Amino acid sequence: MKNAIFDSLIITKRQILQLARVPEVLIFSIIQPVMFVLLFRFVFGGSIASDQPGGYVQLLMPGIFVQTTAFTLAATASGLAEDMKKGLIDRFRSLPISRSALVVGRTLGDSLLNVLVLAVMGLAGYLVGWRPTSGILKISLGFLLLLLFSYALSWTGIFVGLSARDARVVQNVSFIITFPLTFLSNAFAPTTGMPRPLQYIAEWNPVSSMVAACRSLFGLENRFGATANSFPSQHPLAMSLIYMVLIMVIFVPLSVRKYKNSSN
Amino acid sequence: MKSVSADRLVKIYRKGQVKALDNLSLDVEEGTVLSVLGPNGAGKTTVVRILATLLKPDSGLATVCGIDVIKNPEKVRELIGLSGQYAAVDETLTGWDNLVMFGRLYHLGKQASIKRAEDLLERFSLTDSARRPIKTYSGGMRRRLDLAASLIVQPKVLFLDEPTTGLDPRGRQEMWGVIEELVKGGVTLLLTTQYLEEADQLADEIAVIDHGRVIARGTSDALKKQVGGERLEVTVEAKNIASTIEIVSRVSGNKAALDETLRHISAAVSNGSQSLMEVLRNLDSAGIHPLDIGLKRPSLDDVFMSLTGHAAEEVKSE
Repeated sequence: MKNAIFDSLIITKRQILQLARVPEVLIFSIIQPVMFVLLFRFVFGGSIASDQPGGYVQLLMPGIFVQTTAFTLAATASGLAEDMKKGLIDRFRSLPISRSALVVGRTLGDSLLNVLVLAVMGLAGYLVGWRPTSGILKISLGFLLLLLFSYALSWTGIFVGLSARDARVVQNVSFIITFPLTFLSNAFAPTTGMPRPLQYIAEWNPVSSMVAACRSLFGLENRFGATANSFPSQHPLAMSLIYMVLIMVIFVPLSVRKYKNSSN
Repeated sequence: MKSVSADRLVKIYRKGQVKALDNLSLDVEEGTVLSVLGPNGAGKTTVVRILATLLKPDSGLATVCGIDVIKNPEKVRELIGLSGQYAAVDETLTGWDNLVMFGRLYHLGKQASIKRAEDLLERFSLTDSARRPIKTYSGGMRRRLDLAASLIVQPKVLFLDEPTTGLDPRGRQEMWGVIEELVKGGVTLLLTTQYLEEADQLADEIAVIDHGRVIARGTSDALKKQVGGERLEVTVEAKNIASTIEIVSRVSGNKAALDETLRHISAAVSNGSQSLMEVLRNLDSAGIHPLDIGLKRPSLDDVFMSLTGHAAEEVKSE
């Protein structure tokens, strides 16, 4: 067990080293979310009516935070697919190390990158008017929740990365999962404007629960269009945690099994 | 003692029902080099992957240093080194980064990992490029680094899956040099290759495989003998072909074969140099001046040809 943790951390360290050796990767994984912040803030910000004190940006930032952490799925999936293509997975599997180290290490590494990304995004948000009002403790809890969410989704990414037989497919599959997931939600616009069936999907979408939970942790009352009496909109924090546990319970064993059998 | 043994391995890939291994058996004596020779798709990589614990066979037994690779893969992994067809190292990291990382994954400890990495870089002439990312390396340098990564902990058995495929002649020569050094150091080596001269150069024994089966096995010389001994070959001008065929057939006691386009006459001979002189004398007295004459031992290409009845062709899927 001790070795398993140590091995995983070595793999995590490898990813940090990769970022140090190719800083472009880091720079672009930061530029992209910052670009989203600016685009949504200034392109849609003016035309999406909200009676939110402090303006649309207060509602927007939690949405973009969640979207960015959801994209961890794609990062994990394509990173792993790349390792498979290059034969690196075979090398790791032929070493006398814990079999889960490679996947555990990667999920940790990809989530760790989000610490930096979220910090820079928060700063960018602040510069364009985002002002969380709930105090340092709750704000920190909000970011912690985001990191946990990215960790859970990273395991989904492991499964996607191991399932696709071609690295190019992985990118497409990841986007097909993450785009509807993040846009069919309350992240950017009120769900009340959607057709009725989509509203239900949006309400029960884990992303909506996450966004609502973050909004509340950052000090907003208005949950932006969630139907007031549905269970997820009443208990966004509890629902977010339930979803994460659910994702992990399903995808950790699936991914680990898939990894162990990945060449049979 | 057998360091590696595979007994009647069968592996069928579900997709397309390809029988990759069809009751394949082989073994490697401790401290020797076995080359598994065959065309693409013959099953070479599949055997290596099974022996290196990456793949489970559908049936059959395999052991490394007496340990069952299916029942005890963890134990086997501590004894083997594997270097595959592709350089399986992290390309974004430097050579130094990679070797230190692998050292740490072998639980060598930080200082020992660094020491080992530096020793290996030195030994494989990579010290100058140690701090550059692998993606700036030449093909030969990558392979050497990959090989170094499989030697972090001195393995008892080393598997090299097509170590020189895709390398230019110089890269290949360098790789051969490195492998020969390793062999002198006493490692047991199982090497796959589709290059006949590579097997000839490096291996104590050769197992020729085709369609997932071992079709011949022995030393390079024994295999060549199996195909037939030496051949006498003469090239003459067109007008002299008929009389040369007559002379070669008479001296060798075998029917001479003719390649018309190359004006190339050849026949199997039992006592090479004596026959050669005899043919020369006969040609001389007939006033024929050969353009080229010599004795040729069969190449491993000829071995493959005569064993399988077809050239070392590629099979579609591996």
